[in-house]
Amino acid sequence: MPHLSTDVLVIGAGGAGMYAAIAAAQHGTSVLLVDKAQVGRGGATIMAQMTVAVALAEQEPDSVELHLEDTLKAGRGLCNEELAALVCAEAPKRIREMEQWGTRWARENDHIKQEMAPGHSVKRCCYVDFLNTGPAVAATLRRKVSEISAIRRISNLAAVEIIVRDGRAIGAVVLDLVDGELIAIHAKAVVLAAGGLTKLFERNSASTNMGGEAYALALWAGAELIDMEFVQFFPIGHLAPRLVGMDPIMWDPYRYKLGGKLVNGQFEEFIDRYGSTDFGQYNATRDVAAYAILKEVEAGRGTPHGGAYLDFRHIPEAQLRAAFGPVIDRLLVNGIDLTKTPVEVGPMAHYHMGGIRVDVNMRTRIEGLFAAGEAVGGSNGANRLSGNAITEAFVFGERAGISAADAARRASAEWDEKFADETMERLKSLGEMSAENAIAPIALQVELQKLMWEQAGPFRTGDKLTSALSRIEEMRKKDLPECRVGSEHRFNLDLQDWFELRAMLTTAETVVQSALARPESRGAHQREDFPIADYRFLKNQVMEIKDGELATRWVVPSRLDRSQAIHG
Amino acid sequence: MVERKNKTARLRISRGMPGGERCYDTFELPYEDGMSVLDALRWIRANLDSTLAIRYSCINANACKTCMALVNGEVEYTCIAKLTPNLITVEPLPKRPLIRDLVTDSVPEDEKV
Ligand SMILES: Cc1cc2nc3c(=O)[nH]c(=O)nc-3n(C[C@H](O)[C@H](O)[C@H](O)COP(=O)(O)OP(=O)(O)OC[C@H]3O[C@@H](n4cnc5c(N)ncnc54)[C@H](O)[C@@H]3O)c2cc1C
Repeated sequence: MPHLSTDVLVIGAGGAGMYAAIAAAQHGTSVLLVDKAQVGRGGATIMAQMTVAVALAEQEPDSVELHLEDTLKAGRGLCNEELAALVCAEAPKRIREMEQWGTRWARENDHIKQEMAPGHSVKRCCYVDFLNTGPAVAATLRRKVSEISAIRRISNLAAVEIIVRDGRAIGAVVLDLVDGELIAIHAKAVVLAAGGLTKLFERNSASTNMGGEAYALALWAGAELIDMEFVQFFPIGHLAPRLVGMDPIMWDPYRYKLGGKLVNGQFEEFIDRYGSTDFGQYNATRDVAAYAILKEVEAGRGTPHGGAYLDFRHIPEAQLRAAFGPVIDRLLVNGIDLTKTPVEVGPMAHYHMGGIRVDVNMRTRIEGLFAAGEAVGGSNGANRLSGNAITEAFVFGERAGISAADAARRASAEWDEKFADETMERLKSLGEMSAENAIAPIALQVELQKLMWEQAGPFRTGDKLTSALSRIEEMRKKDLPECRVGSEHRFNLDLQDWFELRAMLTTAETVVQSALARPESRGAHQREDFPIADYRFLKNQVMEIKDGELATRWVVPSRLDRSQAIHG
Repeated sequence: MVERKNKTARLRISRGMPGGERCYDTFELPYEDGMSVLDALRWIRANLDSTLAIRYSCINANACKTCMALVNGEVEYTCIAKLTPNLITVEPLPKRPLIRDLVTDSVPEDEKV
C-alpha cells in the first residue's frame, strides 16, 4: 500500500496553504504540501483580481484599530473579534513580507498605493496592476515554496479523509488523480487549507475545486464548524454577455473608480430604495446590494439573465480607456464595448464567512488538526469586507504553519500502516458499490448546485430550506452510493467527482441546516419569512457530528477585551 | 448583443491512453455566442460523457493556465479559445507525455508522487 510521511501535511495550496507551508518549514519541520489541482493554481487565490485590505497607512492615516472597527461593523455583531483583530493586526507584516518576497504592489510617489473599497472608511486596499493581484501573490508564494527544500509539494492529490486515532489527527488519505490510487499520508500535524465552498451554488465565482471539502473533512474528523449559514453573495458578478479570460467579479473597482451606474431592467437606479445610503457613492455593502438586485428581479424589473445592468455609457471613452487600461481590449475580444452596451450583473456565491472553528492559533478541537484561509470560520461574522479574504489567507496561513510545526515537534513519530487500514478499506469499498449504468457524480453535482442556488441561495425561507434538506439527505444516502465511477484508473475525473460530491453533500447539509435554524435576517443570511435582524440571535451557531448526526448549538461571539491594546 | 439561438457546435475530440489506440469522438452540443472551447468540454462532461479526461481549474479567468490543448492544431488555452458553430478538433498537447484523452503531463517533475 503506497504511503508518504511528513512532519506537517498541508492540504490545499492556495494563499493560506502555501503560507502555512513556508512558515512551518521556517520553524524547522518537514512539510508535504498537496493540492487536488496544481500547486498554487487550484483555488480562489490565483483568481483574485482586486485588492488586499491592510492598514499600512501609506496612502492616508489609518490604524489597525480602524481596520478592525470597519471589519466588525460589516460583520453585523457576529465576528469572532479575536480572529478579526489578528487579521487586522498582522496584515501589515504579511503584506510587507510578500513585498520582500517579490510581490510588486502598485506604487505611487514612493509609497504603496491604497484605494478605497466599500465598507472601508479610508483608502486601505493595495493591489497589483492590472487586475493581477491574485496571480502575482500566487506566483510569489509558488516561487518561495519551491526555494525551500524542506517543503515537498505534490499536485493532483485530493484529500478525501483525515485519519484520526485516539482523538489525534495523524494524517490523511488522498486520491492520486493521475493513477487512481488511494494513498495514506502519515503526518504529525495536519493543516486544512482547502478553501471555500462557493461551487455548491449554481451561480458562483468559484474554480472547479471549491466544493467545500475542507469543511466536511474537518467535521468528519471530529472538529466543529461555525456560522455555516453565512455565504457571501457578491452582488455584481458578471452574468452576460459571456465573458471569458476574466474573473466574473472584475467589475467592482471600476464601478467605484468611474461611477458605473447600477440600474434595473428599466434603467432606473434602485439601491437607495433598499434602505442603503448608496446615493451615488457606490458604497453599499455587499449584502445590501445583492438583496436589492434580486428584489428588483423578483418584482419583474430584472434584466434578461436575471440581474441588473451595470452601465458605463455616460463615461467618455478616453476616461474608460484610462481606467480600464489593457482590460478594455480584453472586453472587446468578448464583444463587449462599454461605450455602447451595458453588461448584465447579478449576485453569485463568492466567499464563505463560516467554516472550521479554530482558536487564535488556528487549532481545531482535534489535536494535531489546524485550519487556515477561507476554510476558517468566524473572523468575518455575517458579512466580509472586500479585500479582507486574501489578508486573512496570509495571516491565518502563517499562524497555522507555526502552530502545526510546534505541534509536530511535540508529537511522537509512531506510525503503523495499520492506522490507515480501516479508513483505506472503508473508502475503497465505497467506490465498488457503483452500478455501471448509473448516473455520473457530475450530474448529481449539477443538481445539487441548482438546488442550493434556488432553495438555499441569497433568499431563503423555511419551506425551501426544509425541502432542500430532505433532497440532500436522499442524495447522500441513496444516490451517492449508486453513482457510476467507472473502472478507469488514469485521470478518472468521475472518481474525483465522486469523492468531491461526497464532501459537497455533507457541507451543503451544514449550510442548509444552519440556515434553517436561524430565523432572522442578518448580513448575508436573508430569510424572507424572518426579514428582520433579531437581537436574540446575536450568536454564532456551532456544528458538530454527534452520534452520527449533525448537531447545532448556539454560542456567544468571542469578544475582545477593549481595554487591551491590539497587537499581533 | 443579439443572441443566435438554436445553433449547435460540434467537437471532434481525441480520446485514448498512451501506447494504446487513439480515436476521435464527435460530440454535438447547443451553442451560444461567446462560449469557449472549455465551456463545451465541461458541458460534454456534465451532459454527454463524464469519462472524458480534461484538465482545468479556474474555468474562465485564464488565471490558472492549466487548460491548454491543441484546438484545430494550434496550442491554446481552451478557456479563452472561442467556440464556433463549426466543427472544432481538440487534441492533447503533442510535446507532452499523454496521460489520457486531452490530459498531458504538465506538472513540474518536483511536484509528483
Ligand atoms: C474570483 C474571485 C476573486 C476574488 N477576489 C478577491 C480580492 O480581490 N480580494 C480578496 O481579499 N479576496 C478575494 N477573493 C477571495 C479570496 O481570493 C479567497 O478567500 C482566498 O484566496 C482564499 O485562499 P485559500 O488559500 O484559503 O483558498 P484557495 O486559494 O481557494 O486555495 C484552496 C486550495 O485547496 C485545494 N483543494 C480543495 N479541496 C482539496 C482537497 N480535497 N484536497 C487537496 N486540495 C484541495 C484547491 O485546489 C485550492 O488550490 C476572491 C475570490 C474569488 C473566487
